[in-house]
Amino acid sequence: MGPVRATAVTATVTAPVPPGRAAAAAPAEYRPVSSRIPWVLVVFVIMATVPWVGSRYDIFLAGQIVIDALFAVSLNLLLGTTGLVSFGHVAYFGVGAYVCGILMKTYDLPFSVAFPAAGLGAALFALISGFFCVRLIKLYFAMLTLAFSQIVWAIAYKWNDVTGGDQGLPEIPYPDLDWMSSIPGCADLSDGARFYLLTLVLVAVSLAVVQRIIRSPFGRVLTTIRDNPERAAFIGVNVRLYQLAAFVIAGGFAGLAGALYGIFSRGVFADYVFWSKSAEILIMTILGGAGYFWGPPVGAAALVWLNQMVTDYTQYWSFVLGAILLVLLFGFPGGIVGGIVLLWRRLKRLRDA
Amino acid sequence: MSLSFLFSQFMGGLTTAMFLFLIASGLSLVFGVMRVINFAHGSFYMLGAYLAWQVVAWVHPTGGEFWIAAICAALGVALLGAVTERLFFRWLYGREELYQLLFTYALVLILGDAAKFLWGTGQLSVSTPPVLAGGVPIFGTTQPLYTLFIIAIGPAIAFALWLALNRTGTGRMVRAAQMDREMLAALGANVSTIYTGMFALSAFLAGLSGALVTPIQSIVPGMDVLIIVQAFIVVVIGGMGSLWGTFWGSVIYGQVLSFGILIFPSFSLFSVFALMAVILIVRPWGLFGRPL
Repeated sequence: MGPVRATAVTATVTAPVPPGRAAAAAPAEYRPVSSRIPWVLVVFVIMATVPWVGSRYDIFLAGQIVIDALFAVSLNLLLGTTGLVSFGHVAYFGVGAYVCGILMKTYDLPFSVAFPAAGLGAALFALISGFFCVRLIKLYFAMLTLAFSQIVWAIAYKWNDVTGGDQGLPEIPYPDLDWMSSIPGCADLSDGARFYLLTLVLVAVSLAVVQRIIRSPFGRVLTTIRDNPERAAFIGVNVRLYQLAAFVIAGGFAGLAGALYGIFSRGVFADYVFWSKSAEILIMTILGGAGYFWGPPVGAAALVWLNQMVTDYTQYWSFVLGAILLVLLFGFPGGIVGGIVLLWRRLKRLRDA
Repeated sequence: MSLSFLFSQFMGGLTTAMFLFLIASGLSLVFGVMRVINFAHGSFYMLGAYLAWQVVAWVHPTGGEFWIAAICAALGVALLGAVTERLFFRWLYGREELYQLLFTYALVLILGDAAKFLWGTGQLSVSTPPVLAGGVPIFGTTQPLYTLFIIAIGPAIAFALWLALNRTGTGRMVRAAQMDREMLAALGANVSTIYTGMFALSAFLAGLSGALVTPIQSIVPGMDVLIIVQAFIVVVIGGMGSLWGTFWGSVIYGQVLSFGILIFPSFSLFSVFALMAVILIVRPWGLFGRPL
């Protein structure tokens, strides 16, 4: 039992089905109803109605899910697509949050400047740190990413004049969203609800861009590197350069997520950058399924929702999270999406038989 | 800046270093033999502290039975370590590092909350054992006896571990397991028992250091995640899997932290992480380690 399961596990993790292949492999003449529904659009529309149908608290939860989804997808560009285990991805999230927060609060710059600057700042830091990280393999790579994220944490925690130190940067202003009043139906929305809608749109665009990148020839090279770095190098791919590019892109999008999160939660604090956050985002990604593009967003939604459910009953959320993680690692290494795909295939095989 | 001030700074750094060595030696041992990075090592340390407090509370309300408490705590944590190894860790050997890291992180989450459940979220403390309560005047400073005891116990344990690894039959087995597990198993040695034993020893060291830290630091939730990062730094500086590397790594860490505070008050934390990053960039296998 043991060895058999171990092989199956390795197979799902090191060689996950690239997005789209499962659908392409299905016979062309048979298309179930479920595959004709544009699921992504449906989810987007449902999420967009939250400010009108939900409470302020629902908006808060939905915003958290949306931002975490982008953060986890950016991590998965490294983990699932390129096969790099980063244990310090929160560094770039944090850099983005601080850059955006400092520009908006201290320098009074508009969001339209601070938001791209956050992405660029995080990408720049990813370029500098990634230059060294991609030279290392496996555990050493994970350790160095952890070291860099702790460097960011130490700076954020101690550089009082700029980052606010352990007090953080509270009360980051909302961007000026008065222009939304002219959109029908948006006139009565609060600043928080409007910013949620803006976040939703920005994240949707970002996710579309990441998906394009993964499905581009560049993304295909990344999956090749994940599956067999030696062979990729042998056919002439500059493995480190591609890994660095993936690292920079992932860092940039994590920075955008951080910028949104800082405004959304009305402050940036050093706690955001502590190493355990990197572990949480990894858990989110694995929970959803690192082998699938939509795995991390599903993981983000599941984790935020679970956290909500559990903390209603008990303060021991970490315990529950640890238990979930154990079940996941030993029982469902493909995550939620992986589990659904597996179930779906079994059902289909039953029907075909 | 007088000489006596520098000396007390140096002694402070050395105390930090020896505590970290006690913790990091177990981490390094497990990595050296089983190639597993154990995040839960910090949780073992924390449990050692809580168990010591618990035993002191049971045995003697005034805290007179500190030594019994320390040994009991270390043994209790060693037992827990052996059980987790048998139940979980053995499924992880040779698996991808992501699995190992996340699994040990799951243990961190579970053990952290278990400690909160059992001992609450308040601060607990244990008083210094009466034998070591005083201080000794050195170089115009007064060094607490307990600190001197810790500074002495670090090298003692390092030497004992070195003797055990290099001068005993069991130690030879362990070193063989470090080099080639399959070959050792093929030669008829019980590798699985060696692994469990090493894990228990590593947990014992973590539990012992947790218990020994209680007289000078209060026991709080969250001490597990704070200490494990420091232990990582030490192990990375010295070289993962190298005993003396870990020893000198902790000495370097302690002194950098201690004197870094004097030079850049707000960036001493930064300096140790930067040191870790530089070592990983220049010599990923550490100052005393060997390339894998």
